[in-house]
Amino acid sequence: MKLVIGIVRPERANDVLESLYRAEVRGVSISRVQGHGGELERVETYRGTTVKVELSDKVRFEIAVTDPFVQPTIDALCEGARTGEVGDGKIFVVPMDRAVRIRTGEEDNAAVTPVGT
Amino acid sequence: MGAPMLAQVAQVDTGDTAWMLAATALVLMMTIALGLFYAGLVRAKNALNTFMMSVSAIAIAGVMWALIGYSLAFDGTGDLVGGLNYAGLHDVTFAPRDGTTIPHLVFFAFQATFCIITVALISGAVVERMRFGPWMVFAALWSVLVYSVLAHWGFGGGWLQEGGTLDFAGGIAVEMASGFSALAAAIVVGARKDYGRIGLLPHNSVLVLLGGGLLWFGWFGFNGGSGFGTGDASVLAFANTLLCPAATLFTWMMLDLIRDRKVTAVGAATAIIAGCVLITPAGGFISPAWSLVLGVLGAIPVYFVIVYRPRTRVDETLDVLAAHGTAGLLGILFIGFVAQQSWNGVSDGWFYGNISQLGDQALAALATPLYAFGMTFVLLKLVGAVMPLRGPDHDESLGMDSIYHGEEAYPSGEGAILVTPEAGEEAPVPVAQP
Repeated sequence: MKLVIGIVRPERANDVLESLYRAEVRGVSISRVQGHGGELERVETYRGTTVKVELSDKVRFEIAVTDPFVQPTIDALCEGARTGEVGDGKIFVVPMDRAVRIRTGEEDNAAVTPVGT
Repeated sequence: MGAPMLAQVAQVDTGDTAWMLAATALVLMMTIALGLFYAGLVRAKNALNTFMMSVSAIAIAGVMWALIGYSLAFDGTGDLVGGLNYAGLHDVTFAPRDGTTIPHLVFFAFQATFCIITVALISGAVVERMRFGPWMVFAALWSVLVYSVLAHWGFGGGWLQEGGTLDFAGGIAVEMASGFSALAAAIVVGARKDYGRIGLLPHNSVLVLLGGGLLWFGWFGFNGGSGFGTGDASVLAFANTLLCPAATLFTWMMLDLIRDRKVTAVGAATAIIAGCVLITPAGGFISPAWSLVLGVLGAIPVYFVIVYRPRTRVDETLDVLAAHGTAGLLGILFIGFVAQQSWNGVSDGWFYGNISQLGDQALAALATPLYAFGMTFVLLKLVGAVMPLRGPDHDESLGMDSIYHGEEAYPSGEGAILVTPEAGEEAPVPVAQP
């Protein structure tokens, strides 16, 4: 049981959702984050003030999956998010101790297996 | 109208002039209101670019109008196009403009604001993907080759006006011209890369309503000023500019309720604009009661064009064709049915015994879309042959604001490092390579 965290370009978020759907990975959380991973800085000018914008908008996917689903999830994230340019993002896979579905109290594998599929 | 014969040596009327000065300012504000309306309708990453397309119309069309556009539209009574005597504002002075009681300069400025907003309107068809440079080139060419010509046809003494077509405030040159040009522009520039694949939603519906409301406010100058004074025609158009959009707004809310059981705010803003467009050509020619009817009847086809268009492959992004082209055409035709000489002092429509008026109106409703669509199509193809109309897909992903303006509508300010002149300008380089 792993938590897969994918940080991707906001404009690729929809492609990632599509490829996750095709990989039959259900149950994701996403949030808007800002970060810097070495991509080109943008230069912006507001009247006399010129700034380099180091932080770029990203979308962070959090997907809790059972072990057999880890690789398909990673593949789907890569497929949806890759453009080949610097700034495509990262995927982190971290171990997960416990998961509880609040509605039923189911734990672990049962909790991260979506219902109704 | 009805002035004594000895007033052949026309005098400037102070009351008329005072109103026209205010009306001119009101119409200029409409372009900014349009920018707000359009900016609210696009995604946040394109909000500034969308707004700037309208703002740039003031710069480009304003200057082109003074240099040559005004002259082509309003000098003489050539069939297709005016002369060049007024180019560069030659002979445009304090003396009254022929047929009005306001200084020629005021008449020029009032008409300039019309040219400006018409150019800005077309941008609605190409937002979120067209490059800014080609847009400005296109805007300059269009303002002269399409707007000035159609303005001449419709109210500068050209063949439509001389032939008896009635157009009070720009159903021809402003509304149908922008609407059908927008269709051509959307076809030539092509759809946004994500069009039809994911939902591309308005990012701020409050801006949309604010822009729509301010457009209505400005439209009292637009229609109310198109009588060039404070006479009956202006008063009638002013009142109709309240009544017709109100009726459209009401009808639109009912249609929304029937379709989805919810009254939408973006729909309401759209309805206000559609209603104002409907009454634009007809404002000074039809009775207040008929203008209410026009508001109701006109709302229905416009509503269904707006519902249907996104199901097509034509990414006419902000529905200029529906709100301006369709509504303008309906307004022009409606005059042919219900114009009343007892109200307008000019001509009756079919319902009052003059069916030929409908023919004159139909002629304009046929010729204007053909000219506007055809010319815009050719112009954009020409501009596109010289400079690409669109950037790479990557630019579209990042957003127009960052690419073409180096600004964002909603910068977070986090991670922004001051670049000081002392530190020297170093070209940005990637910190890491892939």
